[in-house]
Order: sequence, then C-alpha cells, then structure tokens
Amino acid sequence: MTDVDAVIVGSGPAGATTAAVLTEAGWSVTILEKGRNHLLDLEPPHGPLGHVSNDELKHLFRHFLGPDPLIEPRTYRRREADGERIFTGSVNNLPSTVGGGGFHADGKLPRFREVDFHARSELGPIDGADVVDWPFGYDELEPYYAEAERVVGVAGDHTANPFAAWRSGPYPMPPGPDMFCAVLTSRAASELGFHPYRAPTGVNSVEYDGRPACNNCGFCGFFGCPIEAKGDPVAPLRQALRSGRCEVRPESYVTEVVLDATGDRARGVRYLDAAGIEHEVSARHVILAAGAFETPRLLLASELGNPDVVGRYLMYHFQTYVLGVFPFSLHGHRGRSVTHLMDDPIVPDAAARDAAREAGLPYFRGGIVEHGAGAHPILEAVHLPAGEAHTRLMLESPMRERLAAFTMQGEDLPQATNRVDLDPHVKDVWGRPAGRVTFLPHRHEAACAAHWAPRLEEVMRGAGAESTFWITSPPLEDARGGVQRDPTPISRHVMGTARMGTDPRTSVCDPWHRLHDVENVLVADSSVFPTSAGYGPTLTIVALAIRAARELAGLTPLRSSPPAAP
Amino acid sequence: MTEADPHYLSPAEHEVVAAACERLIPPVGDHPGGQTLGCADYVDTLLGAFTVDPPRIWAGGPVSGRAGGEARFADFLGLSRVEELAWRTRIEGSRGIPEREFNGPVTGWQAEYRDGLVALGADFAALSPAEQDARLDAVPAFKDLLYRHACEGAYADPEYGGNRDRAGWRAIRFPGDVQPRGYTDEEVTGRA
Ligand SMILES: Cc1cc2nc3c(=O)[nH]c(=O)nc-3n(C[C@H](O)[C@H](O)[C@H](O)COP(=O)(O)OP(=O)(O)OC[C@H]3O[C@@H](n4cnc5c(N)ncnc54)[C@H](O)[C@@H]3O)c2cc1C
Ligand code: SF4
Repeated sequence: MTDVDAVIVGSGPAGATTAAVLTEAGWSVTILEKGRNHLLDLEPPHGPLGHVSNDELKHLFRHFLGPDPLIEPRTYRRREADGERIFTGSVNNLPSTVGGGGFHADGKLPRFREVDFHARSELGPIDGADVVDWPFGYDELEPYYAEAERVVGVAGDHTANPFAAWRSGPYPMPPGPDMFCAVLTSRAASELGFHPYRAPTGVNSVEYDGRPACNNCGFCGFFGCPIEAKGDPVAPLRQALRSGRCEVRPESYVTEVVLDATGDRARGVRYLDAAGIEHEVSARHVILAAGAFETPRLLLASELGNPDVVGRYLMYHFQTYVLGVFPFSLHGHRGRSVTHLMDDPIVPDAAARDAAREAGLPYFRGGIVEHGAGAHPILEAVHLPAGEAHTRLMLESPMRERLAAFTMQGEDLPQATNRVDLDPHVKDVWGRPAGRVTFLPHRHEAACAAHWAPRLEEVMRGAGAESTFWITSPPLEDARGGVQRDPTPISRHVMGTARMGTDPRTSVCDPWHRLHDVENVLVADSSVFPTSAGYGPTLTIVALAIRAARELAGLTPLRSSPPAAP
Repeated sequence: MTEADPHYLSPAEHEVVAAACERLIPPVGDHPGGQTLGCADYVDTLLGAFTVDPPRIWAGGPVSGRAGGEARFADFLGLSRVEELAWRTRIEGSRGIPEREFNGPVTGWQAEYRDGLVALGADFAALSPAEQDARLDAVPAFKDLLYRHACEGAYADPEYGGNRDRAGWRAIRFPGDVQPRGYTDEEVTGRA
C-alpha cells in the first residue's frame, strides 16, 4: 500500500495539469510544492486568496512569488573555462510558489508548427548542435493542444496567423482588446510584408470557467492576476482540488526521489516541510514537474536518469529586443502586456535564407515576435542615471510611456555542453547544492538575431518611432566571448534538460516521458523537449502533460482531424 | 510613516538620507524631489521593516481602495520561516549567525547605510548641492544602493512609506494600481 497513487513534485502548469488528469481518472494525488501558497484557498470551495495585487515593488523587486536568491541561489558560467562560476544569484528564475511560473506569466500561448517536431529530418543537421526529431509529430499532439486551450481557457482568432499549424477547431474564446502600441506596430508590420496576428492568450476575454473577463489592469506579465482572469494554472489546479482526490502541500521541498529495495522502481519522494522536518510520501508513481531547471537538479541529486544526458541540452530562447521611442504616449500600462505576435522569423523568406547562407549556416530558425511596450515606473527609474537627468527623463518617459518593444524569442539550438548541474560549493537554504548553469548560445542564434533586428527596427520606424535600437540576451558580445556584468540569459523559457527519445543511450525519457531506467518516474515538464522551437513553451508543456498523464492513467488517447475543407 | 514615527533611522540620519535623495532625484518642474516625496521615510520603513509584525516587506491585496473596493494594501502579509531568514539577512546582515551564513557572511543594508551615512558626513544636509554630489560620488556603491531605494521610495505604492500623497505617480502621470476598476477596451486600444 502506498500513501497515494501519484506524488507530483511542483504545482506549475505541468504539475497542475497532470493532477487534473489523474484525479479525473480516479487517482489520488499529492502535490508537493517548495514555494508558498498565494494562489487559491486550499480549503473548499478553493477561492482566490487575494494576495496578489497591482504592486510593482512586491512583484518585481521583492521576490514575492520567489525564489529569493538568498534562499535559493543559482549559479552561472558560460563554459567550463570560466571556472566554477562567474555569477551567483537569480538565474532565469521562474517563481517558486503554488502555481509556478504560470501564476505570473502573461500567457501568450501559441502552438508549435508541424516542422518543429521534425526539424532534423526536414532541415538537416547543423554543426555544433544536436538537433533531433521529436519522437512524435504535430498530428498526434493536435487534440492535446485543443484540450490544453480548453482547460486553460485561451482567447484567440484561429484565422489570424497564416503560418499556424492546422487546427481541429477554433479557440474557446475570441481575442481580447488590442493595445494601442500594437495597433501601430502591427499596422506598420503588415505594410512591410510581415504577418502580425492577435496573440492567443490564456486570459479570459469573456467570462469563462467561472472566472471573469480581464479588465486590462496592465499589471500582467510578472504579476499574478488579482481577479483570476488568467487560467494557467489556477484552472487545472482548482479542478484537481475540487475532485477531492488531490492534496497540495506548499512549503514542501523535495530533496530526493527514493528507490525501492530492487533499485528499479521509485518508492516515493523525501521532502522537508516548512519547519525543515523531513518526511517521505510513498506513491505508485512519481511525477517530476519541477520545471526544466529544478527537475534535472533533482534527478542529479537522486542519481537518476541517463547520467550522460541528464541536465544537458539546456535551451532558453535567444531574446532579441528591438526598441522604438515614440514622440507620443503609447500607454503600455493599459492591457495585457502583449496583444500581438508574428511568426515571420520562424518561416524564413528569401532574404533570411540568403543571410543564413552568408553566415555559413544551413538555415535560420528565429522565433515569434511579441509586440509590447513599457509600463512600470520603478523599472524605468532604476535604469536612469541619478540626478537632474533622472527627473527630466521620468517626465519625458522615453522608456515607459513612449517605448514600444519587439521581443523575438529566437529558437535556441540544443548543445550537449549547455547544461544544469550541481554547484560544487554554493548551497541553498536547505543545505543542498545549488543548481548551476553552463550556457553559451550557438553561433546560429547570434547570426539570426543580427539579421532580424535591423528588419524589425525598420518596422518600428514605420510605426512612428523617432529612434530605435536593439539588444539581445544573452548579449551578443557574450556569444562572441566578451565578459558582461550580468551575462545570465534573461529568458524565462527553459527546456531540454531531460530530453525524450526512443534511444535510451541518447535520451533520458521515453516518448511517454518515463525515465528509461526507472519506469514509474515520469517527467511532466519542458525538460523533455528535444528542441526549443521559436514559441513560448507553456501551451506545449500543458498539451504534453495531458498526453502523458492520460496514457499513464490508462485513459483513451485523444484523436482529432483537420476540419473538412469548406 | 512620518519623521515623528521612526523605525530605524535617527532624526539626524533621516535628514541626511532625505537630503541625499533630493540630490539623486532633484525636483524639476512639477516633479517634487526625493525629499518631498518621502524617500527617507521609505528607507526608514525598509530598514526597520522588522520592528512591526507582520514586517513591512509585502503589502497585502487584492486592492488598495484607490480604484474602488476595500482597502487592503496596508494589511501586510506574513513571511515564512525561510523568507524571514532571507529578509533579515538582507536587511540586518548575517552577523555571524550560522543559519544566515550557509554561503558565507552577508553585509546587510543597515550596515551599508550606517557606513554610508558616516561617509556622507553629519553636515551633509547643510552642504551646497555641488559638495553633496561630490560626497555621493565618493561612495559609488552606497550611492547605487541609495539611488535604487530612492527610486522605489518615489514610485512604489505609498503603503511602503514613500511616494507621499502619491506625488511621485502624479508627477509622471502614472495612475498606479487600478484594480478592481481596470481600463475599458477603448482606453486600451485608443490613442488617448
Ligand atoms: C514573466 C513571465 C512571463 C512568461 N510568459 C510566458 C508566455 O507568454 N508564454 C509562455 O509560453 N511561457 C511564458 N512564461 C514561461 C512559463 O511561466 C513557463 O514555461 C511555465 O511556468 C513552466 O511550467 P512548469 O510547470 O514546467 O514549471 P514551473 O512553472 O517552473 O513550475 C515548477 C514548480 O515546481 C516547484 N518546484 C521546483 N523544485 C521543487 C522541489 N524540489 N520540491 C518542490 N517543488 C519544487 C517550483 O517552485 C515551481 O512552483 C513566462 C514566464 C515568466 C516568468
Ligand atoms: S491585464 Fe487582465 S489578465 Fe492581466 S493581470 Fe490585469 S486583469 Fe489579470
């Protein structure tokens, strides 16, 4: 007898979704979450707690949703030659809280495209990277994407993106209102031959699933939603809790997956509670949904998973910011942070193909371009110089009121040398080795950014910007070997550190996310991604988690087909 | 908080912090300077966050009452054991306490202020602006810390002690928190 059917480590989009599916199948589930609970009442009827607010200081500067680098530091270096580390502190931190990163993301939730699942066989190899096909294709995942959009509640226009993969049906909600800045930039983009479209977002445009429509408060990306207009992951988590078969234990830090006497199966997990007291939960299945940074850290601490691969192939998105300063106010503080996207750099045109060839690369795989704007005053203020210039620039506000921003989430190629491992000296508050990142982008990412950035600057000027500039994260100089003050990549999209595949020698998980070596341990998060694609990962995380959890629970696989041609 | 209700800074220290913030954020046109905005009260509230319970670290929610609804920001949220450890370490320093030093000693903001204010000098408030700037430039690390806190004090929610009467927000025409009212679709999409 075990305590529960499944113990889930982590309550973000991956863990919450898995819990919803398993409880629906009648399983008993315990979710262990290291962070605190500010998301929803754990007692019925599981309403909101009212802790999140339109408070810039708390969310952006005081680690409210965690992780606090004084509790959970991470370390970073670009390559082994840097020594043990060049930076200690916050490294691509996603929140450490009930709800994980979904809680404070602004939730652009596009799907991947067909080619993203077999880039290797369609586009060929690329020197210095281990691009591989996924073990299944888009067609198999389509019904799970549709289910993910229904569970989270995604608002979007299924006709708007000419490059989108096929869909079995429309979005559950129509898109919300366009931000003024995006009206300007998307119009200019269209005129220059780009294909902007209304971003599918996990934000209610109408009342949905008992939660209200968004009222455009503008404290969206990096903030929890005070009115629960964002569905990810409060919707699946509440569904799991309401089944009566799910228990969520916040402030429960899992330290180890424990194997049974045979060493072939997991018995459960060990964790420390809020007072630091150790406990064990036994379960028939262990689900790791700690995010693509913490999941490999836990695997390494537990000495589980193919040791040649665990933690390797860490991918972010290579972020290119193209910024335009306008002569008038764009009021980016109203609305959902980002309302428009475009896929053009993902589907290269002749100019991009030529530029790739000139750079000696077989192809460019860029990423979605998010149309956004500046919004918050403390963030603006701390980037200004002190003294007279501070006050003058706060009044003129080129970085908040008058700034439009394109963010390209460039595809990051998988490289075995980019990895998460355990820092030899730095520890977390619980005395465990901190996770350490070793990461340097591939030449492809830098060349691709350098091609698209000037083209996007032209769009900015077309929209009315009086000056433009662009920067990348990690910085381009860094990709070329220079040293930066804070070289850590800003991207909050983390993938690839326990890649799935059919060959146990070259992957960590099988195509159903189970560890090749310990069959009752399943990885539910983006650690399993073989490649990163140029889209935000979260809808794909949710779709994959539904697929794997349904298989685990013996539910019938979902099937779909394209709607008949009109 | 007001000068009459100090948490950490002595009246003399408060005066130096206020004068320094006035140089880091000097008044321009209708925009008041850091002194008028209450940046020193903000710093005092932060350095003395643990003199009250719950500590003045995270304001409550979901709304402040400024855009409707029941005012809840002033009901500060509590910290967990490890969160309190982190925030006490950040503010008070590790002070040789083993559980705060798992990655080595940490200098807290209180010590940085104590040393920084000594370096600025007890006569700081009485100096000319040029002399004040020279003293600030002589302690670049402390100037950076003070500037960061001055920015927070000028534009954070008033519940944190600064942004007195929301004068920081009003000066830059920032509406601040807007729940539960939010913005209409027209306000989001239109030019005005
Ligand atoms: C500001 C922001 C905006 C974003 N916007 C988008 C977007 O528009 N589109 C998009 O696709 N993505 C976006 N993201 C990324 C998105 O948040 C992540 O992809 C998503 O949260 C990943 O989900 P996950 O469940 O795999 O991991 P997480 O959300 O990271 O959840 C993992 C959880 O596990 C817990 N955990 C970890 N280790 C342990 C342990 N040892 N014991 C117990 N618990 C543990 C963590 O505390 C955490 O709560 C954004 C992120 C941020 C920060
Ligand atoms: S903009 Fe909408 S979804 Fe975002 S936090 Fe505000 S109300 Fe919630």
